[in-house]
Amino acid sequence: MQESSGHAMEKHVDYTGSKIGMWLFLFTELILFGGMFLLYSVYRYKHPQEFHAGAVELDVVLGAFNTVILLTSSMTMALSILALRKGNKKLSLILQLATIGLGLLFLVNKYFEWGAKIHHGLYPGSEQILQRGKGEILFFGLYYTMTGLHGLHVLIGLAVIGFTVYMTQRERITAEDFVILENTGLYWHLVDIIWIYLFPLFYLIT
Amino acid sequence: MAEKHTEEHTAGYGTYFYVWITLLLFTVITVVVSLMHLGNLSILTALVIASIKALLVLAIFMHLKYEKMVFKVMFFVAIITLTIFIGMTFIDVLYR
Amino acid sequence: MSENEIAGTAHQESYLDYRGKYKGILSWILSTDHKRIGILYMVSLFSFFLVGMCLGLAMRFELVSPGRTIMSPQTYNSIFTLHGVIMIFLFIIPGIPAALGNFFLPLQIGAKDVAFPRLNLLSWYLYMAGALLAVLSLFTGGGPPDTGWTFYAPYSIETGTNVPLAVFAAFVIGFSSILTGLNFVTTMHRLRAPGMGWMRMPLFPWSLYATGWVQILATPVIGITLLLVIIERFFGIGVFDPAKGGDPILYQHLFWIYSHPAVYVMILPAMGVVSEIIPTFARRTIFGYKAIAFSSVAIASVGSLVWAHHMFTSGMSDFARVVFSLLTFIVAVPSGIKVFNWVATFYKGSVKTDAPLLYILAFIFLFSIGGFTGLMNSALALNLHIHDTYFIVAHFHYVMFGGTAFAFFGGLHYWLPKMSGKMYDERKAKIAWLFVFTGFNLLYFPMFIIGYLGMPRRYYDYPPKFHNLNLTSTIGSWILATGLILMFTNLILSLYRGQKAGSNPWGGTTLEWHTPSPPPLENFDEIPHVTGGPYKRTKE
Repeated sequence: MQESSGHAMEKHVDYTGSKIGMWLFLFTELILFGGMFLLYSVYRYKHPQEFHAGAVELDVVLGAFNTVILLTSSMTMALSILALRKGNKKLSLILQLATIGLGLLFLVNKYFEWGAKIHHGLYPGSEQILQRGKGEILFFGLYYTMTGLHGLHVLIGLAVIGFTVYMTQRERITAEDFVILENTGLYWHLVDIIWIYLFPLFYLIT
Repeated sequence: MAEKHTEEHTAGYGTYFYVWITLLLFTVITVVVSLMHLGNLSILTALVIASIKALLVLAIFMHLKYEKMVFKVMFFVAIITLTIFIGMTFIDVLYR
Repeated sequence: MSENEIAGTAHQESYLDYRGKYKGILSWILSTDHKRIGILYMVSLFSFFLVGMCLGLAMRFELVSPGRTIMSPQTYNSIFTLHGVIMIFLFIIPGIPAALGNFFLPLQIGAKDVAFPRLNLLSWYLYMAGALLAVLSLFTGGGPPDTGWTFYAPYSIETGTNVPLAVFAAFVIGFSSILTGLNFVTTMHRLRAPGMGWMRMPLFPWSLYATGWVQILATPVIGITLLLVIIERFFGIGVFDPAKGGDPILYQHLFWIYSHPAVYVMILPAMGVVSEIIPTFARRTIFGYKAIAFSSVAIASVGSLVWAHHMFTSGMSDFARVVFSLLTFIVAVPSGIKVFNWVATFYKGSVKTDAPLLYILAFIFLFSIGGFTGLMNSALALNLHIHDTYFIVAHFHYVMFGGTAFAFFGGLHYWLPKMSGKMYDERKAKIAWLFVFTGFNLLYFPMFIIGYLGMPRRYYDYPPKFHNLNLTSTIGSWILATGLILMFTNLILSLYRGQKAGSNPWGGTTLEWHTPSPPPLENFDEIPHVTGGPYKRTKE
């Protein structure tokens, strides 16, 4: 009995309700990033040339590689739910672990990418960056903030998927009762969608 | 009050695979287009391609296509709200 | 409404008598019962309200005469910031939804609890954590923030005071607000009693529905804005720092994209309470049910399009000023529709003027003054004259305090018998109301005049010509405080000495009056079947 008020232990499995709750939460995430996209669009409108100059310094290959990784992880996540619903627990676990692996790979790439930039003295507030035009200061400020916050979401997503792996293993998530896995999937896909926009907006400005 | 989840209302392994291939394809396209130096058009193409990719993820991976109407309406409301927030800020920025 | 089906629940143990796994305070702070959480919120909210009130009294006392009275200018800056932060983030934004909404939403729609009871408890913990951080921000770092509750950049990224912690506190409280909204919206989608279509849902839940959407869609904007202020302070990313190309006006946009709709988070539930109390005390079906329900949604949506009217003097484009001014005029229409329908409900009613209705009548009067002066503010030319003066201070206190808080007090008198099972003393309640109402007008009305004559808000000192009006205002603050203390004392005493309240002391028609007072743990023995509109009266 987990609820201290001692609600009758009728099992509360309103799938639609849980999913509505999750979607509503995703909207808040969307708008959270939306606030930064607002800033991005205004500053890009004001400094198109300098945003271009900033983007040239980012590694398109690495960015595209990370896009592929996240898209793939999104697929493995979606497949893991399908596998579980078809009763294949083992395949579902493998796919969930694959998602975690891909997510980690994404973060490792991000680490090297940031590391290289910081090594070259390109980080918010550095002397290097303050000598540049205002548009470039803003570009890199937004780059670090938005990819950083996105990376944080990836990290949270990984922790949650780790939790679902455990729950699936312990059969707390089953082919009949999988709304936690499904909602985790929704979250992971949202993180993917945000990256789908971040990639062209930071790496592909011409 | 558990609801029955009917199998036929979701995509199969194959669908997910094809969606993934399509997503990768669009990633290639968006990179290639960016190398073509289309000037002002490039932001538009980038956003259109990104939105197509996002819609694919939403509709298939996130099952929005198979959900009840209420989910679609809610999603629409959220997107419209975000668009208005950004759009109306530009009423100021564009004319300042 | 189905009258007698639920009458047989009287033998059930009430939620207050229920002995769960835990005892004492733990039975409250670990409870996932929406009723207990509602009361947790209410006790915390009013504790902060009293703190905010004391800060307000201190400010008013400082302004009783020109020059220094009791504090230094820097202290004064901190105190008005704190007064604003506490009253806005800790009292009036969570306010009615978190306290009365938590308690009565499930009861009114015939549900056993909200959709996510544990999330509900979590949101209270987040709220308290935010409050704790806000308190901590006073004693750590560079001392209490002195930016005003709006944390405008670039000052908020430059000042040495403890802005980051205060801002983070607001961020955490915002998260709590999101969870409440998300919970309520899901609850109304999934847990309405059988037979209760959307058009049979009472108007208080309707207002909470509209509020919930605003909480969900607008709050993240303030979340990211405040987060960016913190990041800006620690890493200097430049987005709000003009020295690095950042645009402080964008900070204002982002801030008000949330904080204007937040005004509707504050007022909409209050309007919901009004729409519940009026039909009960007029003994009539509400006039224009659909108009009131839809105007809640209309206020929420149009209200999200008017934020920049806080920025008419900020240097944004002229075109934007015209557009936002126009939209602001439009948002007055749905509010007008509501006031019209409320007043029309009284027509041919047999009105009983008990304390809850007195507060609601005061609401209509004060909210109308607040609303009409709001129209003055939205007129561009006039706005230039009164922007950042006491006129604005008077305006939003008329709307927020005279509006929201009065409806809150009315709702408290209306529903406390249901929550505690005890009646308060009606005569004392009326006397307290008289003090509150008189004190309120004496306190805030002179501010309209002082502001119109040109006294800026947030100033520590003023020329002697404003002395009389400021003195009047300060005296008003004492009367108001007396009234509030009387009111709270009377309500608290009722818990010990009050007469037993029956299940339906006022003759209300909505579902919460069909359960015993106080309601049993799971609200309804059997989930009621709804067969008609919420305010339909049967001839008895």
